[in-house]
Amino acid sequence: MPLGKQLAEGPRGKKPKKRFSRGNIIVYGTLFVVALYYALPLYVMIVTSLKGMPEIRMGNIFAPPLEITFEPWVKAWKEACTGINCDGLSRGFWNSVRILIPSVILSVAIASVNGYALSMWKFRGSEVFFTILMIGAFIPYQVMLYPIVILLREAGLYGSLTGLVLVHVAFGMPINTLLFRNYFASIPEELFKAARVDGAGFWAIFFKIILPMSLPICVVAFIIQVTGIWNDFLFGVTYISSPDRYPMTVQLNNIVNSVQGVKEYNVNMAATLLTGLVPLVIYFASGKLFVRGIAAGAVKG
Amino acid sequence: MTTTDIRPDTGPEKAVRRPSRLLRNLSSKVAMVPLIFTALVIFLGGTIWTVVYSFTKSGLLPRLSWAGLDQYERLWSSRKWIVSIENLAIYGVFSLIGTLVIGFILAALLDRKIRGEAVFRSIFLYPFALSFIVTGLVWQWILNPELGLQSVVRDLGWQSFTFDPLNNPNIVMFGLLIAGLWQGTGLIMCIMLAGLRGIDEDIWKAARVDGIGTVKTYIRIVIPMMRPVFVTSLVLIAAGIVKLYDLVVAQTSGGPGISSEVPAKYVMTAMFGGQNLGQGFAASSMMLLMVVIILIPWAYLEFGGKKHG
Repeated sequence: MPLGKQLAEGPRGKKPKKRFSRGNIIVYGTLFVVALYYALPLYVMIVTSLKGMPEIRMGNIFAPPLEITFEPWVKAWKEACTGINCDGLSRGFWNSVRILIPSVILSVAIASVNGYALSMWKFRGSEVFFTILMIGAFIPYQVMLYPIVILLREAGLYGSLTGLVLVHVAFGMPINTLLFRNYFASIPEELFKAARVDGAGFWAIFFKIILPMSLPICVVAFIIQVTGIWNDFLFGVTYISSPDRYPMTVQLNNIVNSVQGVKEYNVNMAATLLTGLVPLVIYFASGKLFVRGIAAGAVKG
Repeated sequence: MTTTDIRPDTGPEKAVRRPSRLLRNLSSKVAMVPLIFTALVIFLGGTIWTVVYSFTKSGLLPRLSWAGLDQYERLWSSRKWIVSIENLAIYGVFSLIGTLVIGFILAALLDRKIRGEAVFRSIFLYPFALSFIVTGLVWQWILNPELGLQSVVRDLGWQSFTFDPLNNPNIVMFGLLIAGLWQGTGLIMCIMLAGLRGIDEDIWKAARVDGIGTVKTYIRIVIPMMRPVFVTSLVLIAAGIVKLYDLVVAQTSGGPGISSEVPAKYVMTAMFGGQNLGQGFAASSMMLLMVVIILIPWAYLEFGGKKHG
């Protein structure tokens, strides 16, 4: 509102804003249209996965299903084929779970100890190692892929789930260590000194004082790791040599992009949704924490 | 994530005297072994190893027989690599601008004390939780010419409507861009929103008193104040662009022909598909160089400037 007009109206204080002013309609209108665009793919996935193939060929992708069928979901889970294997995504799902659980636990455990050592028990060179680690987070993964193949092969872990777990732990380390280090740096020093005076050592302080205080940051690290590791494709496809052990994302891609046979779009979309389910559940269940975690962990993405 | 508190080095190791310096603060050193190993062996060692071997004739297996710059010459005379670089440049420019602009506009709209802000924010951000594979496959389906968007519009009566980016070599990168923007703008919106919330209410009041319009206030006052937020977003987006791989695999597999190849995919094909390790190493070293070129100006802006914080 121009100043002149404001003055002409006299000192009546702020006028109550009309809810449907022109500006408001533009703002809400734009947000609504954009939201529609962002929501559409999820809607299309759900709708397609509940249709039968004849209905897909006839109708349009945005139309709701005339006849809801859960068969595509069952098929995606139990029977969809990747190459010669036809036992669905279930195998990939369990592989991903078996990769996810140890990777997340190890990542968070190691990073919390690293962050603690870096913020309270510094030694000569500790900051140098940390700096190298942080720079490493920006290096494209492709640069390090092959040397890791050699390392894993030497250790007899190439192609195994254990090897992949170790890779996830290593590549998750920069962001998680940074999170914990910054979090611990804000803990009052007096607390630490008091514990030292009482004779507590490195591990005693960690387990009795630091760890009980670090639940919030553990949750953030947990969210970053679960979504990051579950969504990984590159490491899975590089370090797993046998289709039996492929994580879910790799298997999904193989199912949908397999060249042979008739494309069953409903099964494909059910499979896609199944793969996206874990991160979506984490996302909707954790709400604001996800925002915080992802914003802090965006470097890894 | 770039500002880190460093507490003054009053480490406890000074209080306790031990005979050997190496044994001092031993628990901490032992606890840091995984980090030291990852930093030195995997990150530093692995990078040096790849760069060194990019100057060799490695084919099926890595071997140290020097080839000078041969691998790089071959790389830059390969049409597939040139196409990859061009594609990445197109995708990169549009993705950078698109993500920043859309992210900022969405954040600015949400910042106008909107009802149902949380709902809108959730809708804009959820794609970020999904993997690129999932994103790529959904958009492959929506952009499917026979059954997807194109056929829907044609059924509505616009018979000549053509929108088939994934099968058109000229615009295939924009097909990828649609999916990439859908996935990535939410995060930037969140970062920008946090930046906007950090701007003092009084600045808005002052602008209003001076009779400056909303849009003008954003362009002249708010955006310049948000410089650090923009720099962070820029680095995040750029780092993501160089890594572009999963999306391409899921959405187009590099096709039609080689028209949506990207450097990361070139590396993977050379290393694990073509048994052509030297090319893979040279190509990944070039990717490393790209990141270094992006990071140096940022590091300079962030740490080299006079003021900090």
